[in-house]
Amino acid sequence: MAKITYRHPNGTETVVDVPVPNTVMRGAKINNIDGIEAQCGGSAQCGTCHVYIDEANALPLPEMHESEDDVLYGTAAPRRANSRLSCQLPVSEEIDGLVVHLPETQS
Amino acid sequence: MAAPSVVVIGAGQAGSDTAAALRSQGFGGRITLVGAEGVLPYQRPPLSKQFLAGTRSSTDLALRPASFHTAQDIEFVGQDPAVRLDRAGARVLLASGRSLGYQHLVLALGARPRRLTVPGAGLDGVLTLRTLTDAGRLRDGMRDAGHLLVIGGGFVGLEVAATARAAGLEVTVVEAGARLLARSVSGAMSAHLLAEHRAHGVRVLLSREVTALRGDGAGHVREAELDGGERIAADLVVVGIGALPEVGPAADAGLAVDDGILVDAFLRTSDPAVHAVGDCARFPGPHTGRPVRLESVQNAADQARCVAATLCGNPRPYAALPWFWTEQYGLRLQIAGLGDGHDRVLTVGDPSTGRFSLLCYRGRQLLATESVNQPADHMITRRLMGAGGPLPAPEEAARPGFGFKAFQQAASV
Ligand SMILES: Cc1cc2nc3c(=O)[nH]c(=O)nc-3n(C[C@H](O)[C@H](O)[C@H](O)COP(=O)(O)OP(=O)(O)OC[C@H]3O[C@@H](n4cnc5c(N)ncnc54)[C@H](O)[C@@H]3O)c2cc1C
Ligand code: FES
Repeated sequence: MAKITYRHPNGTETVVDVPVPNTVMRGAKINNIDGIEAQCGGSAQCGTCHVYIDEANALPLPEMHESEDDVLYGTAAPRRANSRLSCQLPVSEEIDGLVVHLPETQS
Repeated sequence: MAAPSVVVIGAGQAGSDTAAALRSQGFGGRITLVGAEGVLPYQRPPLSKQFLAGTRSSTDLALRPASFHTAQDIEFVGQDPAVRLDRAGARVLLASGRSLGYQHLVLALGARPRRLTVPGAGLDGVLTLRTLTDAGRLRDGMRDAGHLLVIGGGFVGLEVAATARAAGLEVTVVEAGARLLARSVSGAMSAHLLAEHRAHGVRVLLSREVTALRGDGAGHVREAELDGGERIAADLVVVGIGALPEVGPAADAGLAVDDGILVDAFLRTSDPAVHAVGDCARFPGPHTGRPVRLESVQNAADQARCVAATLCGNPRPYAALPWFWTEQYGLRLQIAGLGDGHDRVLTVGDPSTGRFSLLCYRGRQLLATESVNQPADHMITRRLMGAGGPLPAPEEAARPGFGFKAFQQAASV
């Protein structure tokens, strides 16, 4: 279980406990958090699970694969240095406390 | 006054997403999600890919866990298909005899495989692929089969062919048309996929038809006869000759139907209390100027969000950009836009590297980008098309060295 915070563009946030194994994307889906669409079901193809990792984050996240990097070139909301695909972020105890910001739009 | 209530019929991608989006967009009334299948709503794309290959189990296909429905106060009714709509009384009758009153009804009925009508089509071992049950049957059949015959060179058929080939079966694909995926991709992409399948050892026959299937004494399929009389061994057959929209209860209730339930730009049927979304709906294509019916996760998911917005009091016409993906062997094809009607195809990148995009133009207008293992091209096309441009002009895309990443950067959008 890991506590993940999803911060909405309007400043409100949803904090949920996400069971392991799951991804940060799946954590949003199972809690019906508006703002993560995940149309491709987590196979790093659609870019509709885009999130911004909180600037202050010090938790270990996996390196980005080439396909994730490529998909992030065309997300609906602008790509920033802290952009990630939430379907490529596995939930583990190590990322307990992660804060992600949801973009204005996914498509 | 009773709390407003929405009944969603069909618990697939579009139905499940509609119920979820209603809640996440703030709908406070009753939501009932009615499905014909006995399982929680699940993702279909893996059925012909990872599930068939055995790398994903049925449990991780669920779109949302059972607990989701309780937590979101969505009543999920499984295995109880709607059999009749009583529009005058605003009620739906289910097979079990249960009757549900509604204020708004959303039809998300999906589609069903077109059946083969040749002699022998009813033999054991002749399968179609739409549901998890179908996929389980096919996966079991693949265990003992030596020769798989795929009838129809569409997406589902080709994905099954690729998965079966990777599992070591002998595979033949028979396609009646002159090329693979004729309705969905450019001629150049058809040719690329044909070469790919042949390189993997699949026998692909074009402009050929199966005229009969023959079985053994036990009624199990053993061979197929083609036009011209050729016979080919087949102890497993997958019929992938397209899908027909599921319209049953809608047509019976007098809603306008024409190869799909007809809806307006707000996805409303001819009855303002009834909407239709996903594979079963034919809608005015904002990008085509004519009514279209699409079979894709994108279309189901985006229409679900759109109809939920309408029912939450924020109506907006449906305008999402169509996109699609398929995976065959290690090849990932992604299509942004709708290419039909193109008169020119430009290649960006080198197809011999297995990474390239085909740009389909009509005149100077980019209609679609077909990307093979080039997700950035796909994503950038989607983003620019969605934003209304700018898109590369044909002479620009034809220039040696053209690349989408640099184009996007130069356009700084
Ligand atoms: C094998 C396969 C692979 C695919 N691969 C891809 C892919 O790679 N990419 C992609 O974008 N798309 C793919 N698709 C297409 C995609 O899955 C569909 O477009 C999508 O599922 C459509 O969603 P839907 O809700 O409209 O229909 P469905 O998901 O089919 O759901 C409709 C549901 O309604 C139920 N129903 C029907 N009638 C009734 C009734 N009277 N009462 C109650 N329930 C009823 C049905 O049982 C079904 O469960 C694939 C489809 C298949 C079959
Ligand atoms: S869910 Fe599609 S890219 Fe993450």
